[in-house]
Amino acid sequence: MMEATVLPMVEGWLGSLWPTIKPVWPLIWTLLKIVVIIVPLLLSIAYMTFAERKVLAWMHVRIGPNRVGPWGLLQPIADGLKLIFKEVLFPTAADKKLFILGPIMAFAPALAIWAVIPFSSGLVLADIDAGVLYLLAMGSVGVYGIIIAGWASNSKYPFFGAMRASAQMISYEVSMGLALITVLMVSSSLNLSEIVNAQGKGMFAGMGAGFLSWNWLSLLPMFGVYLISGVAETNRAPFDVVEGESEIVAGHMVEYSGMAFALFFLAEYANMILMSAMTSIFFLGGWLSPVGFLPDGFFWMAMKMSSILFFFLWIRATFPRYRYDQLMRLGWKVFVPLTLVWILVVGVWMMSPLTIWK
Amino acid sequence: MEFKTTLFYIFSAVTVLAALRVITARNPVHAALFLVLAFFNVSGLWLLLQAEFLALALIMVYVGAVMVLFLFVVMMLDINIERVRQGFWKNLPLGGLVGLLMVGEMAVVLSGRYFGLANLPPQNLPANYSNTKALARVLFTDYAYPFEVASVILLVGIVVAVMLTLRQRKVTKAMHPADQVAVKSKDRMRLVKMAPEVDLPSVEAKQGEQA
Repeated sequence: MMEATVLPMVEGWLGSLWPTIKPVWPLIWTLLKIVVIIVPLLLSIAYMTFAERKVLAWMHVRIGPNRVGPWGLLQPIADGLKLIFKEVLFPTAADKKLFILGPIMAFAPALAIWAVIPFSSGLVLADIDAGVLYLLAMGSVGVYGIIIAGWASNSKYPFFGAMRASAQMISYEVSMGLALITVLMVSSSLNLSEIVNAQGKGMFAGMGAGFLSWNWLSLLPMFGVYLISGVAETNRAPFDVVEGESEIVAGHMVEYSGMAFALFFLAEYANMILMSAMTSIFFLGGWLSPVGFLPDGFFWMAMKMSSILFFFLWIRATFPRYRYDQLMRLGWKVFVPLTLVWILVVGVWMMSPLTIWK
Repeated sequence: MEFKTTLFYIFSAVTVLAALRVITARNPVHAALFLVLAFFNVSGLWLLLQAEFLALALIMVYVGAVMVLFLFVVMMLDINIERVRQGFWKNLPLGGLVGLLMVGEMAVVLSGRYFGLANLPPQNLPANYSNTKALARVLFTDYAYPFEVASVILLVGIVVAVMLTLRQRKVTKAMHPADQVAVKSKDRMRLVKMAPEVDLPSVEAKQGEQA
């Protein structure tokens, strides 16, 4: 759609150079699209850290960062500059190659997943049929960053962090995947755009109250399971035992400094934003408008993502950290059985005459 | 050369190198990570063969779950590399024989031109062909019964693994999260509302004492 309008412009602009550029044009075009996704994403990550500090401060009846720039708006840039100019220290006994690989493996999957996220109708980098599978596959790779970092540091607390992370993230991937199965069942597709479009149909959507036909209502318990598992999967409070500062200082990040340390944070915030995008696509109707008289569009997706991100910050300010054994109990003994039963319930519902998915 | 062919050679070269490093790396953790790299590249090869479900399932299952647990175990073991390498020359003939046997079998499988595999119909699939759907259709219709049997066997495996490790020692002071979560404030503390027990001595009695 966009390419058709841009291509003649580029051709005219390059003139005689065009024949040499033409074979690599698809590559250039894809790279441009990647930049258009990554740059706003990195900016949102930077301002997510700012929003987190501000929101937490307001919830604590504090002011929060307000010194750098107007209302403290330049704070994330100042933080970034500081971290870039700091030295990356290597512990003497560390495994140097893996020590560097750790933060890269944490950050890269968090960015790679964005390739299949649709932002609006047709606005997606790779509209692949196995989008959900890709999401789950790439999401499961993210844990390697933490494990490698924890082991390569050759130190006790990072190692504990790595052990906790691998156990926690694998456990909650199970309940997340099982919750997603119900979504796949009702939308009968692995393509993310089709999953969103499937939510725009139904009785309520016909009446102009589209927000009632989204998956969150019809699959309500699974929406809760997915959201909570998402918090656990991104290692955010109250499930941040991976880096719990009162127990293991900062887990896998203890030995890191400078930009290597910052990469873990970038990955965490990228994962948070990703989780909010995924929740809004799977359960909150993606870019669909909640009411019939307003047009669909990216605005709604952004609003939904922001609300979920606020939810992430809100629970961080509200709940104390879970104890580790209770965390595992919640994942395996509460969520997994609940999702398994609910898959059966949804299956029976879909096959019964009362089905709302046709 | 077509772009796909280039990709194929890159993926296969990295796969072979990574697989070699799996058996030559001195550190078991490095070996496990090289195995992860090999899995990634094999998944890339499968993507080239338009088997996207298998490719992504490989990453999800093997890279995302199996190898993480593998690393989990390998990292906690204190493996003495010298002792592992001790019987190398003694075991080499047997190992070499098994290796040769596997190479022979692979050759039989891969030299399809001799055995008529090249006569299979060409795979010209439309762009919107979903092999996830195709696989699911076959699994849940034609092969529904073997599929269910396989899943029951897996379930038995899970149950047995849990049973083998489930032992309760009498002396343990482990916490029971289920009991802890189920606790209500009522069980811990009882608020009793009652009148003061000691009556103030009445005025007349006091006067009587003084008298």
